Amino acid sequence: MSEKSFDRRTLLVSAGLSTMAGISAAASGKSTGWVERLLKRRFVELSDARREEILTELEEACRVKYGRDDITVADTPALDGVEFAYGLDLSRCVGCRRCVYSCVHENNQSRDPQIQWIRVLEMKKDHGIDFAESNVYYDPDEVPEPDSFYVPVACQQCRQPACTKVCPVKATWQEPDGIVVIDSDWCLGCRCCMSACPYGARHFNWTEPRIATEEINPDTHIFGNRLRPNGVVEKCTFCIHRTRKGRYPACVEICPVGARKFGNLLDEAGEMRYLMREKRVFVLKEELNTRPRFYYFYAT
Amino acid sequence: MIKDITSFTTGSARIAFKGGPTFYAWIGFLGIVCLWGLAAWWNQFQHGLITTNMRDQVSWAFYIGNFTFLVGVAAAAVMLVIPAYIYNWKPIKEIAIFGELLAVSAIVMSMLFVFVDVGRPDRVWQLMPIIGTPNLPSSLLGWDVMVLNGYLVLNLIIVVHLLYTGFHKRPYNRKFVVPLLLFSIPAAVGIHTVTAFVYAGTAARPFWNSAILAPRFLASAFCSGPAILLILFQILQRTTHIKIKDEAIWKIAELMAYAMFLNLFLFGAEIFREYYSNTHHLIHTQYLYSGVHGHDALVPYAWASLICSVAAFLLFLIPATRTHLVTLNLGCVLIFAGVYIEKGMALVIPGMTPDTLGEFYEYVPTLNEVRIGAGIFAIGFLVFTLLCKMAIPILRDPDSGKAA
Repeated sequence: MSEKSFDRRTLLVSAGLSTMAGISAAASGKSTGWVERLLKRRFVELSDARREEILTELEEACRVKYGRDDITVADTPALDGVEFAYGLDLSRCVGCRRCVYSCVHENNQSRDPQIQWIRVLEMKKDHGIDFAESNVYYDPDEVPEPDSFYVPVACQQCRQPACTKVCPVKATWQEPDGIVVIDSDWCLGCRCCMSACPYGARHFNWTEPRIATEEINPDTHIFGNRLRPNGVVEKCTFCIHRTRKGRYPACVEICPVGARKFGNLLDEAGEMRYLMREKRVFVLKEELNTRPRFYYFYAT
Repeated sequence: MIKDITSFTTGSARIAFKGGPTFYAWIGFLGIVCLWGLAAWWNQFQHGLITTNMRDQVSWAFYIGNFTFLVGVAAAAVMLVIPAYIYNWKPIKEIAIFGELLAVSAIVMSMLFVFVDVGRPDRVWQLMPIIGTPNLPSSLLGWDVMVLNGYLVLNLIIVVHLLYTGFHKRPYNRKFVVPLLLFSIPAAVGIHTVTAFVYAGTAARPFWNSAILAPRFLASAFCSGPAILLILFQILQRTTHIKIKDEAIWKIAELMAYAMFLNLFLFGAEIFREYYSNTHHLIHTQYLYSGVHGHDALVPYAWASLICSVAAFLLFLIPATRTHLVTLNLGCVLIFAGVYIEKGMALVIPGMTPDTLGEFYEYVPTLNEVRIGAGIFAIGFLVFTLLCKMAIPILRDPDSGKAA
C-alpha cells in the first residue's frame, strides 16, 4: 500500500500510529483508496479540511448518480445561543397532510417506497388522545371530519433521547441546538433506535431510495436531507439545512391554517417563549421522561 | 510444537470429514440448505431488507427473534457445566464438552443472525473496540456484541485446548481449563442477561420493558439448550462407543423440568400483572394470545408454544415419562419448539405490534427470510457436527485425556 493511500480518514490505532498517520496525511493529497474507505473515521472526528473534501466527494457522487450538478452538501454547524423548539396547535390542525408531503419533497425522502417523516394521526373526539385508537391511513373526501381531530407526530427532538443512547456505533447524537441527527455514512442499520423511539419518528431505507432527478431538493445538509443510501435510518431534523440559516422548517411554511410554530427557546422575546407563556402546552408520552422539544397545545 | 499444531489441524480435519453414508448424506443436506440460504442472502444483499417483511412498524422480527433464541441455547452450556464441576458429578462431567461445542455453534449462528439483520453489513466492523466506535457503556447492543464475542473466544479456547490435548493423547491441563470453565458459568448468565437488557431497557415498548425479562430468558434457555444435547447424547450412545449413562440423561431432563417450572411461573407472574392491571399496555399480550381487531397472525403459535412448554414440563417432571425413550424425546422436541416460538417470534413481534403510535402491521416472514434463517441453522449444525466428530474419538479413547 503506497503512502498516498493514507490520510486522516485512516484508522488511528494508537497515539503512536496516529502520529504516523498525521505525517502521512500531511504528505498525501486527496485519495479514495479502498483501505481508507474501509478504515474511515466518523465525519465529526475529521479535520475541517477533510470534511470539506468529503462534502465535495458527496456532491460529486450526486452528480454522477443523479445527473444534477447543482446539489450542494453543507455541514452548517449549530448557532450559538440557539435551542430550537416546535409548537403544534391541535385546535387548528385540519389533517390535510400538506406538511407530510412538503416534508417529503424538502427532505428528499424516498418516493418509492415512500418514506414520511411526519405521520398525521386521526383521532376520534369521543376518545381524546389515544394512540391505540388512532388511524394514520384516514382517507375521507374532505378533512376535517366533524367527529375527528388530528395529531401530527414527527421527531420530538427530545432532551433525553431514547434513540441516541442505544446506538451501538455513535452514528446518531444530539447537536448543541437540540436537533437529533444521524450520520448516514456511519449508521449500521441495526434499527435499535427505531425500537427505542417512543414516537415512531425514525424510518429505515428498506431498499435503495428512489427519487426522480427533477424532484431532488439540491440544498442539502450532511446530517439532514442529503440523499441517503440503502440500509440506513433517517428522521426529521427540524429542516436543519433551513433552520440553521434562519429559515422556518418546510412544514411550518406550508401549513395552511398556521397550526405550526417554530423558534428559538433561548430567545425570550421569540415565538416559542411567547407560546409557552401564553398557552398551556403539553408533550407526548411525558411519563417516559424523554423531555421533548416538541410542544402541543390547544390555542382555542 | 509447530509440527504438533499442523498434525492436529490436518488430523482433526481428517477425522471431522470421515464418516459413513449417513454422515455424508447429513453433511450434503446441510450443504445444500447452506447454499439455498446463501442465494437468498445474496438476493437480500442486492435489494436491501425490503426482501423481508419487516417495515418501519415492525422493524425487528424473524432474524432478531432467532438471535435471541440462539443466545439462550449458547448460554445453556452452563446447564451441564454447573453440576459437572461444582458438584463433581461424574456422569455429566464426561459429556459436558458437548455443551461447550453447542455453545460455540450457537454463538456463531446468533452472530450471523445479527449480521443478516443489519442494513449495512459492510459497516459491522464499527462495532469493534479500537478499530470501530462502540457506543459504550450506553448501548446495550454494543455490550451484547462485546460479551458474545468474549463468550465465543472463551469457549473456543476451552474446546480447542481439550481437542488439542486429546488429539495428542495428553491429559488436558486442569489448572488451565477448570478456571475457564468456571468463568464460563457467569459469562453464560452474562450473555443472556445483556441480551435480555437490549429489550428490557426499551421504555417505548411496554411488552419488553419488564424487570423479569432477564430471569425469564435464563429460565427458558436452561430448557432449550439441553434439549438439543439430550437428543445428541442418545445418538452418540447408539452410534459411537462413548458411554453416556442413562442416569446422566435423566438427571439433565429432571433439571430441565425445574427450569421449565421456573419459566412457566415467571410467565404466569407476567400474565397476572398484564391482565389484572389491564392498562393500555395489555394490548401487546392480547395481540399475542387472542388477537386485536381481527389481527391474530401470532395467536396459534402463542398457544402452541404454551401447550408445548406445559406438556414438556409434565413429561420431564414425572419420572416414568422422563426415563422412557419415546416420551423423553417427545419432551425434548416439545421444549425446543415451545421455547423457539416463545423467545423468537412471540417475544419480538408483539413487542412491536401495535407500533408506538398504535398502528397494527401484521408481520409474517417472507420465504427469503426463512431461507436465510434455514441457511444459518445449517451452518450452525455443520459447525456443531464437525466439532462433535472431532471430539468423539478423543472421548472414545480411554487412554487419551479425560476430556471435560
